[in-house]
Amino acid sequence: MKRRYFLSALGAAFAVMAAQFAGTLQGPAEAADQFIIVQSTTSTQNSGLLDYILPKFTEKSGIEVRVVAVGTGQAIKNAANGDGDVLLVHAKPAEEKFVANGDGVKRFDLMYNDFVIVGPESDPAGIVGSSDVVNALKKIAAAKAPFASRGDDSGTHKKEKALWKEAGIDPAAASGAWYRETGSGMGATLNAAVGMDAYTLTDRATWISFKNKASFEIAVQGDDKLFNQYGVILVNPKKHENVKAEAGQAFIDWLLSEEGQALIASYKVDGQQLFFPNAEKM
Amino acid sequence: MQDFSGEFFDAFKLVAALDPTLLEVVGLSLRVSLCAVVIAAMVGLPLGAFLAVARFPGRGAAVILLNSLMGLPPVVVGLAVYLMLSNAGPLGVLQLLYTPGAMIIAQALLVTPIVAALTRQTVEDMRGEYAEYLATLGTGPFAMVATLLVDARYSLLTALLAGFGRAIAEVGAVIIVGGNINHVTRVMTTTIALETSKGNLAMAMGLGMVLIAIAVSINAVLMSLRSAATNAAYG
Repeated sequence: MKRRYFLSALGAAFAVMAAQFAGTLQGPAEAADQFIIVQSTTSTQNSGLLDYILPKFTEKSGIEVRVVAVGTGQAIKNAANGDGDVLLVHAKPAEEKFVANGDGVKRFDLMYNDFVIVGPESDPAGIVGSSDVVNALKKIAAAKAPFASRGDDSGTHKKEKALWKEAGIDPAAASGAWYRETGSGMGATLNAAVGMDAYTLTDRATWISFKNKASFEIAVQGDDKLFNQYGVILVNPKKHENVKAEAGQAFIDWLLSEEGQALIASYKVDGQQLFFPNAEKM
Repeated sequence: MQDFSGEFFDAFKLVAALDPTLLEVVGLSLRVSLCAVVIAAMVGLPLGAFLAVARFPGRGAAVILLNSLMGLPPVVVGLAVYLMLSNAGPLGVLQLLYTPGAMIIAQALLVTPIVAALTRQTVEDMRGEYAEYLATLGTGPFAMVATLLVDARYSLLTALLAGFGRAIAEVGAVIIVGGNINHVTRVMTTTIALETSKGNLAMAMGLGMVLIAIAVSINAVLMSLRSAATNAAYG
C-alpha cells in the first residue's frame, strides 16, 4: 500500500507540472499584440538605456517592449528571419543592406555616441592622449601590443575592421599572437582585455557603465572616425507576415519624437550623457 | 580590483529581502527546468527501460548513440531549436520563439538523453537480478518495463536529478531560444551571463552561489523524501 502513496504523490506532482507547462505555453499567447520584440545590440542594454526609456513608452502606449540584445550581426540575421518587429543597431552600411534586401521598411537615424580605445595604464604602445585613431592602431601593431577584438561581426567589430583597413594593417595575420579575437560581446571582450592587459575598441556608453575597469582608462578618443551612429528600422511586414507593424511603428515614432529624443538625451551614468539623439525633426 | 566583497554579499541581500525581480528570475528558472525534466522523464524513462529490456538488431549502436547524446552541447541544441521555431523555420507558426515554452523544449531535448541513458543502465542492471523471476511469471515486455521502472524508482530519482542539474545549470540553449528578455525569459544563468558582461563580477558570482544553494536545497528535499518513502515502504 505504501508504494501506492509514493506513486500517487508522484502522479500529483506530474499533474501540477503539466498544468504549469500548459500555463507557460499560454502565457505569451494571451498577451499577443500587447508586445513587440526589438532586436538590438548589447550596448543599448548593458548601458542601461533601454531599461531607462522603455517603461515610459509602455506606460504611455500599453505596448510591452521585449528586447533581445545580441551583437549587431546576429540581430540583423535574427530580424531577417522575421524574428523581431523592430531592429535597433549601429552599423549603417549593414542596416542599409537590410532595407535594400526588403527585410526592413525604412532606416531612421536615432542617436549617436562615439567609440574609444581603452587600454592598460602601462600603455605599451604609447598612445594615451591621442586623438588620431589610425595612427594609434599603427603604433599598436608596431609595438605588437595585445589588442582584443570582438571578432563577432558586431557593429563595433565592423567599425574596428574598417579602421584597421584605413591604417593599412591586416591584423588577422597576427591573430592568436598580439591580435586576439574573443568572439564575444562587448562586456565579455572588455573583461578579457582587462584580464590580459590588451587594448580594445568599445563604444563609450558600454565603457562608462562597465564596472570591471580595473586600472584601464581611455587611451584614444575624439577622432571624427570614431563616430558611432545608431539606426532604427521596422522589419518589413510585407516580407515577414508575423511582424506587428502598427505597434512596431508606434515604438519607432515615439523614439523619433521630441519626447523619445529628450528622454534619450536625459539618460546619464555617473553624470555623463551616454547617447546623443539626432533624429531628423518630424 | 573592484570591491568584491560588498557586491558579492549584495546578491545574498537580494535573497534575504525577497527581491521581487530576483524571485521572478529564480521562479522562471525552476519552472522551465522542472517542466523540461518532467517532459524528459515521460519520454526518457520508458525509452531507457525499453532499451534495457528489448533485444533487436542495432541495439548496441542505439545504446552508444544514447550515451553519447548525454554530451549534447547546449549551444547546438539552442541553435537547432532556434532554427525550428524561427519565423523562417518550419515551426514558426507556433510563435514560441523568445518564450519560456521554447526554453522548455530546448532543455527537454538536452535532458531526455541523460534520463534515458541512466535509466537504461539502471534497469538493465536490475533486469539481470529479476530475469528468471519475471520469466517464470511469463511477464510480457510492457508489464516487464513497468515493473522494472517501479522497482527501480529510487535509483531513477538520481537520473532525474542529473537531468535537472543539467537543465538548471545550462545557459547556451536558453539564451538563444529565450533571448534573455527581462521579465519574460530571463533565468538565473542568463542573468549571471548578463551581469558578467556588465562587469558586475561580484554580483554575478553571488547569483551563482544563490543558484548553487537552490540546487542543493532541491536535492536535499528530494533525497529526504526518498528516504522517508523508503522507510515507509520497508521500515
